[in-house]
Amino acid sequence: MNAKTADKIATGVIYAISGIVALILISMLAFILIRGVPHLSWHFLTSPARAFEAGGGIGIQLFNSFYLLILAMLISFPIALGAAIYLNEYAKKGRFTSIVRTAIEILSSLPSVVVGLFGFLIFVVQFGFGFSILSGAIALTIFNLPLLTRSIETSLAQIPNLQREAGSALGLSRWETVIHVILPAAVPSIVTGVVLSAGRVFGEAAALIYTAGQSAPALNFADWNPFNISSPLNPMRPAETLAVHIWKINSEGIMPDLNAVSAGASAVLIIVVLLFNFSARKIGAKLYKKLTSA
Amino acid sequence: MVNNSDLKPVSEFITEDKPERYIHDMSTDKHEIAISTKDLQVYYGDNLALSEGDLAFERYKITSLIGASGSGKSTFLRSLNRMNDSVATVKGNIMYRGLDINKKAIDVYEMRRHIGMVFQRPNPFAKSIYNNITFALTQRGHYTKQELDEIVETSLKQAALWDQVKDELNKSALSLSGGQAQRLVIARALALKPDILLLDEPSSALDPISSAQVEDTLLELKNQYTIIIVTHNMQQAARISDYTAFFHMGKVIEYDLTRKIFTRPKVALTNDYISGNFG
Repeated sequence: MNAKTADKIATGVIYAISGIVALILISMLAFILIRGVPHLSWHFLTSPARAFEAGGGIGIQLFNSFYLLILAMLISFPIALGAAIYLNEYAKKGRFTSIVRTAIEILSSLPSVVVGLFGFLIFVVQFGFGFSILSGAIALTIFNLPLLTRSIETSLAQIPNLQREAGSALGLSRWETVIHVILPAAVPSIVTGVVLSAGRVFGEAAALIYTAGQSAPALNFADWNPFNISSPLNPMRPAETLAVHIWKINSEGIMPDLNAVSAGASAVLIIVVLLFNFSARKIGAKLYKKLTSA
Repeated sequence: MVNNSDLKPVSEFITEDKPERYIHDMSTDKHEIAISTKDLQVYYGDNLALSEGDLAFERYKITSLIGASGSGKSTFLRSLNRMNDSVATVKGNIMYRGLDINKKAIDVYEMRRHIGMVFQRPNPFAKSIYNNITFALTQRGHYTKQELDEIVETSLKQAALWDQVKDELNKSALSLSGGQAQRLVIARALALKPDILLLDEPSSALDPISSAQVEDTLLELKNQYTIIIVTHNMQQAARISDYTAFFHMGKVIEYDLTRKIFTRPKVALTNDYISGNFG
């Protein structure tokens, strides 16, 4: 076989493999969307679930998913940012740094169900938070922290060293340079990473089953006092999320239209995650453009 | 100039009457010295990158540092405002205004406001042109909008960039061309009103026209600043500098008035280098 034929065959094989990967994704998405989208309606998206009769929605679960996501991001982003700044800007090769790096690697490879059970034992039981948004948000933080840290660290590492030199040559301290020069320049890529990780967190179920709970008590959307038990903002109430809801109705649901609810909820979940993924790049590109032109 | 490889280097037949090193004695001529070094040694790990770097730089003059790659000239320059602190060990004294600024107790951030630096590749911040210049100022001091406007205008004029950007000061600095960006970086350094400006091959990443503009800028600046410039371009050194120091293998081989170095170098090695026999 001559080199030219070999190259052609190799190219064909590589194309085929990439095609198969794309095909798997597309057929999966198509399957979920085709099954689910017909069940979507404003009523379905906004009304509470029903346990025994048909016609329930996913309104509360949808709200819970977003609220948990926001809380989890509020907790995990500052920690991840601090860790990433340390690792990329300050860390010298040494024992402490390698311990931190190893810890992050191990944390990121923990199965999320293990994180969930850990959260159950520590936050739900030991700390007495109960099945609550707070327990769930902390569990999601543990799940999200390593990936977010690494993503921010990569964003910082992409900023050329010339920028750091420019800062120190102007008599700025390392801290001033990081805060006012490096971080702003890294914002587009950091935002992309945050939104991508938000998509991952949004779809997480296993870590939440034992922490945020599997029930979605009725909420009073007129009551925004976070201390009232029926307030949507109360962080101490149990909060079944969309992903947990899908898992739950498929394993023990008894409503007559459970297939329709499951399909519709899955479609919503997929659509939101896709929105996160597409907007991540869009927002990042837009921010970068704003930074470089204007 | 003959550049035939069959010819022996000049150094091989003039050995006896030529010195190994020649350092122009700056103390006898009653020069005003802006900055000087004594027994400067720089180590990268255990590796001695620079030894015997004893030089004194005259105020309001341009001094070029020339030499082949790896000769220690950039290392020397970056040691002057302690940009090497994090990567190297620098021993010896660097005297600036009667103070040894290579001491631990020195506030390097304050010192670098007196001894500014411009790098090989333009490195403007991802900020507007205006903010690139004012940013380091406003981090430390309080200025009115009017004062800042004036500083921006003056420093951009000094760097010969004002006319090109005066209508788009709020534009991102990343949108500038390489030559403009390099002059913005010079303006940014000038805004801090430094005494001394260190430049590490400031025009080697630029096209010839931009490069010539940067040279013109430096000649203009000489009246108010002491300029030390590392350059690979010997024509550039000859064109703009008053003094030239030739570095070789981590040592200063010859330091003299530029016209003397380029017309009648005292050390054979210098002659070999400037006539293109190595490097």
